[in-house]
Amino acid sequence: MTEPPGGDAPPVLALRGVSKAFGAVQALRDVSLELFAGEAHALAGENGAGKSTLVKTLTGVYRPDTGQLLLDGEPVEFHSPADAQNAGVAVIYQEPTMFPDLSVAENIFIGRQPRAALRRIDRGAMHGRAAELFKRLGVALDPEQPARGLSIADQQLVEIAKALSRDARVLIMDEPTAALSGAEVTRLFNVVKALREQGCAVLFISHRLDEIFELCQRVTTLRDGTWIASEPVAGMTHDDLIRRMVGRDLDALYPKLDTVPGEVALKVHRLTREGVFTDVSFEVRRGEIVALAGLVGAGRSEVARAIFGVDRWDAGSVEVNGRGLPAASPTAAMSAGLALVPEDRRQQGLVMEQSIERNIGLTGLKNLRRGPVISRAAERDRARDWAIRLQLKFNRLSDAVNVLSGGNQQKVVLGKWLSTRPGVLIIDEPTRGIDVGTKAEVHRLLSELAADGLAVLMISSDLPEVLGMADRVLVMQEGRLVAEIPRDAATEESVMAAATGRAS
Amino acid sequence: MTAVTAGRGGRSLVDLVFRARELSIVAALVLLVAVTTGVNGNFLSGQGVKDIFLNASILVLLAVGQSFVIITKNIDLSVGSVVGLVAFTVGDFLAADHGRGIVFAVILGVAIGAVCGLANGLLVSFGRVPALVVTLGTLYVIQGLDHFIAHGRQINAVDLPPALLSMGNGGVLGIPYLPLIAVLVMVAAGYYLRSYASGRDFYAIGSSPEAARLAGLPVRRRVMTAYLLSGGLAGLAGVLWLARFGTVVADAAGGWELQVVSAVVVGGVAITGGVGSVYGAALGALLLTTITSALVVLKVDPFWQQAITGALLLLAISVDRLLALRVARILRRRNARHGS
Ligand SMILES: Nc1ncnc2c1ncn2[C@@H]1O[C@H](COP(=O)(O)OP(=O)(O)OP(=O)(O)O)[C@@H](O)[C@H]1O
Ligand SMILES: [Mg+2]
Repeated sequence: MTEPPGGDAPPVLALRGVSKAFGAVQALRDVSLELFAGEAHALAGENGAGKSTLVKTLTGVYRPDTGQLLLDGEPVEFHSPADAQNAGVAVIYQEPTMFPDLSVAENIFIGRQPRAALRRIDRGAMHGRAAELFKRLGVALDPEQPARGLSIADQQLVEIAKALSRDARVLIMDEPTAALSGAEVTRLFNVVKALREQGCAVLFISHRLDEIFELCQRVTTLRDGTWIASEPVAGMTHDDLIRRMVGRDLDALYPKLDTVPGEVALKVHRLTREGVFTDVSFEVRRGEIVALAGLVGAGRSEVARAIFGVDRWDAGSVEVNGRGLPAASPTAAMSAGLALVPEDRRQQGLVMEQSIERNIGLTGLKNLRRGPVISRAAERDRARDWAIRLQLKFNRLSDAVNVLSGGNQQKVVLGKWLSTRPGVLIIDEPTRGIDVGTKAEVHRLLSELAADGLAVLMISSDLPEVLGMADRVLVMQEGRLVAEIPRDAATEESVMAAATGRAS
Repeated sequence: MTAVTAGRGGRSLVDLVFRARELSIVAALVLLVAVTTGVNGNFLSGQGVKDIFLNASILVLLAVGQSFVIITKNIDLSVGSVVGLVAFTVGDFLAADHGRGIVFAVILGVAIGAVCGLANGLLVSFGRVPALVVTLGTLYVIQGLDHFIAHGRQINAVDLPPALLSMGNGGVLGIPYLPLIAVLVMVAAGYYLRSYASGRDFYAIGSSPEAARLAGLPVRRRVMTAYLLSGGLAGLAGVLWLARFGTVVADAAGGWELQVVSAVVVGGVAITGGVGSVYGAALGALLLTTITSALVVLKVDPFWQQAITGALLLLAISVDRLLALRVARILRRRNARHGS
C-alpha cells in the first residue's frame, strides 16, 4: 500500500474487512478503505460493484455483516443515519432523497433549522443561508420554492447544498455529477476543493473518469464487491483505471460507424413552448445521430418531452416520416414509431416494485402477445436477451427493479425502449450513471441501430460522448437553438462556447 | 436571475392552492347556511348555532389529532372507540363518588386515550404493521373492552357531578367552553406544526418516509408522538362528550372515526401524507357538522347525510389529485425557465 497522505494522524473514517450480503448477492467482500483529512478519495468500479453499498455502510444505513468501522482510529458502530451525521459524516446519495412537499430550504435544513427565540424556526435565517449556499454553487434556485417539480439536475444541486450545509468532517458523494453539465461540475469542484483544503475528507464516486483525475488524490477500485487496489491517482492513466475496474482492456469508447444519412425521419419546425423554449427547428435523418448539447436547464429535455407529447407545445409542428404529430399525445407519438428514454428514469421510466422482465416487457406488450394473453416465456426471453446485451448485473430476472444498483436500473430502462425497435429514438442522457464498459456497449448499440436506419436524437451533458457519437451537434442556450455544428467542426471549445453564449 | 422570480411565482401558486381550499370550505359553509336559513329561519337561532359549535368542537379535537397522524402518512381508525371507552370509564368513575374532581377526570380521560395511542404507535412504528390494519384491530379491541366494562349499563346525567355537566354546556362571557378548548388546541397544534423543527418533521416523514430516515430524522419517535397526540386528544374528546351529553352507553361514538377522517381529508390534509394544516381539518369538521344540522333542519332523511359526506369526501380527494397534478405541471414548467 502507499504512504497515507495524512502523515501520522489516523484516518478520519475507515472500513476494515467489511462484508455485506443481500440474500444470495454478496455486495461487499472483505473491503477496506481509509479516508484521511484533506484528501479527496475516489471510489471506482463497474455498475453493481458495490460502491453505493459501501457508502451506505459508512453512513449507517446498512450494518456490515462482518468487519468494522473506525472513526479517528477507534472502532464505532453507526446504528442509524443519524449516528453517522452526528459523527460529522455528510452524504449525497446516488438517488435524490427529496421531500417534495417541503420548500427547497427546508429540504436542506430539515431537522436542524436555524432557531430563533423559544426555539422557533427562524425562517428568514434559513432562507438566507440556503440562498448563500446556492450562491456559492452558482445556482439560481429560490430557497422558498417547493421541491416538487425540480429537474433531476436541480434536485442534485439541492442535495449538494444539503451536504455542504453540514460543515462535515467527511463528505461522501455518490455520483453527484451524473446529471450535471460542465459548468455546474466546475463550480462544485471548486467548492469541494476548498473544503478539502480546510481539512475535510472527501469520498467521490463517478463514472466520468476525467472527474476522478481532476478532483482526487487517491482511488480505490472495487470489482464484484471485492477490493482491488487503493493507490495514488498521479501517474495513473485512464486505461490503468479501467483495467482495474473491468479486469481487462476495453475496446474503443466511441465506436462510431460512418453512415449515409437517409430521408428525414423527424422534422421539428419552429416549436415553441412559452417561457420554456422558443422557435426550435431541426431535422434528424434516418441513420443519423444528432446530439442536443447545452447547459443544465437550457431546455433540452423539455424539447424532447414536447416532441414525444408528454408536455404540450404552444406553436410549431412536429413531423415523423412526413406525417404531422398531434400535440400532447404520447400514444400517437409511439404509434408513429417514436421512442423516448426519459431523463428521470426512476420516476418516469420504471415500475420500481415490478420485476426486471416485466419492466423490459412493458412497452412491447403487443409483440409479446400470443392471442389475448401475454406470453411469460416470450417476455422472459426478450428480457434475457437485452439483459445480456447490456451486461446487466442481476440475480434473477424475476427480482424487483429496486434492488438493482443505480446504473443497472438505467440499463433496464434502456433495454425497455430499445427493445421496441422504434424508427426515431429520443434518448435523454443515454449513459448517465452507466459504467465505462457498458458505456462503450451502449454507444456501440446506438451506432449499430443508426447504421440500420434508426434516427437518433441524443441529449447528453457528457461532452466527450457528444463529440464521439454525434454526426451533428445542436446547441441550446436558454431555450433557443443557438448553433448547429457538423461532426468535423465540433470540438470541446466550439460546443462550450455556443452553450455558454461566449461566441456566436 | 429570472429563475428566482419564476420560483417565487411557483411558491405563491402553491400557497394560493392551499388557501384556496380553506376559502372554498368557508364559501361552502356560507352558502349552506344561507340556503338553509332561507328555507327555515330557525336555523340561525341562538340554540341552533350553539349546538353546531358544541358538536363541531368534539369533532375538531379529533380532527386535530388525526391530522398529525395523517400528515405522517398513517391513519388512526381507533379514535371513535377511544372516545366511547373514555366517556364510559370516566363517567363510571365520577358517578361512583361526586367528590372526585373534574380536573382529575380530564387527566384520567387523556391518560386512557394516550395509552390507546401508545399501543397504536408502538405497533405501527416498531412492529412495522400497516397503520390501517393496526388501528382497525385496536378499534375492535377497544370497543370490546368498552362493552366488557359497561356490561349493558348506561351512565346517566343525574349520576354525574353538576360541575362536569356545566363544563359541557356552560361558558364564559356567553362563549361555551367546548369551542374555546377546541380553538385553543387547534391554534397550539397549528403553531407547533408550522414553527417548530420537530413539527416540520411530521411533514417530512409523510412526504417521503425513506428520505426522512436517510436524513436522520427520528421517524419512529415522531410517528409515536402523532399517535400519542391522536389518542390523548380522543381521550379529551371523550371527557367532553360525557360532559356534553351526560347520558352515555357503551361505544357511544362508534363510527366516528370515519367522520373524523372525512373531516380531515375534506379540510385539505392529503391522505397520502405530507400536506395540509390543522386549520383546514378543523374547517372540514365544522363543515361536516353544519351539513348534519342543516339536513335535520331541512328535514332530509338522515340516510342522505351519509351519502353527502361520502360525496364530499370523493370530491375532496378528486380535487386534491387534480390540483396536485396541475401544480406539479406548472412547477415543472416554471422550473424549466432557468435563465431564459
Ligand atoms: N437492497 C438491496 N437488496 C438486494 N440487492 C441489493 C440491494 N442493494 C444493492 N444490491 C445489489 O448489490 C450489488 C451492489 O450494488 P451497489 O448499488 O452497491 O452497486 P454500485 O457499485 O453502486 O453500482 P452503480 O454504479 O450502478 O451505482 C448489486 O448487485 C445490487 O443488485
Ligand atoms: Mg451506486
